[in-house]
Amino acid sequence: MALSIVHRATGIALYVGTLLLAWWLIAAASNSAGAYANVQAFTGSIIGRLIVFGYTWALMHHMLSGIRHFVWDLGFGFKANEREALTWAALIGGIVLTILIWIIAYAIGGVR
Amino acid sequence: MSATDTPRRSMRTPLGRVRNLGAAHSGTSDFWRQRITGVAMTLLMIPVIVVVMMLLGSNQAGAKLILGSLPIAVIMLLFIIASAWHMKIGMQVIIEDYVHNEKLKLVSIMLNNFFSIAVALASTYAILKLASGV
Repeated sequence: MALSIVHRATGIALYVGTLLLAWWLIAAASNSAGAYANVQAFTGSIIGRLIVFGYTWALMHHMLSGIRHFVWDLGFGFKANEREALTWAALIGGIVLTILIWIIAYAIGGVR
Repeated sequence: MSATDTPRRSMRTPLGRVRNLGAAHSGTSDFWRQRITGVAMTLLMIPVIVVVMMLLGSNQAGAKLILGSLPIAVIMLLFIIASAWHMKIGMQVIIEDYVHNEKLKLVSIMLNNFFSIAVALASTYAILKLASGV
């Protein structure tokens, strides 16, 4: 398994995605009435939802993959089967957490 | 630098040439900060997700109220600072790994700094503005 490149790729995606975070926060702080509605219109659109869904996955995967690196930094998990297990845990865990977050989001009123 | 330091015939010993050029005891600072910010964001992940969930479906007035409250503003500020720092270091590692043209590399690293700082300051400004209620 060569998932270290996925760690980098999700890192780059999150890097670009901070523009969305900054846009959202600036719009919330803005005094002009339409600014926040524009963000909501974008994140509510199909494309916007796909992007935010992708962002959620990138964040969850990058976090779990990062925790995997912390485990290695601490000197554990270097055996072949342990490396495999950590990698699969990050991969599957990232997908599961992403879906879980979106189910909760829809359940508490993300559908507008 | 190296071309003039190491002429073909030098009286300096190999050890003399490299002495004082080695570890400046700051070489691991980026590595360490990458870990600090990574751990920080992992710890902040659940609070941040909760904040985003709270904001779902609320209009701007509601968002202003939520984001402007003190604990939430602090959570968001910590997360923004940690992520900007983390992504600046991470992107620099990627640039150093893949961009081999020296000038392009320096320009890329500079732009990376500009971008990360701009995102951090813009977001921080927004949070402070919300928290101060203006």
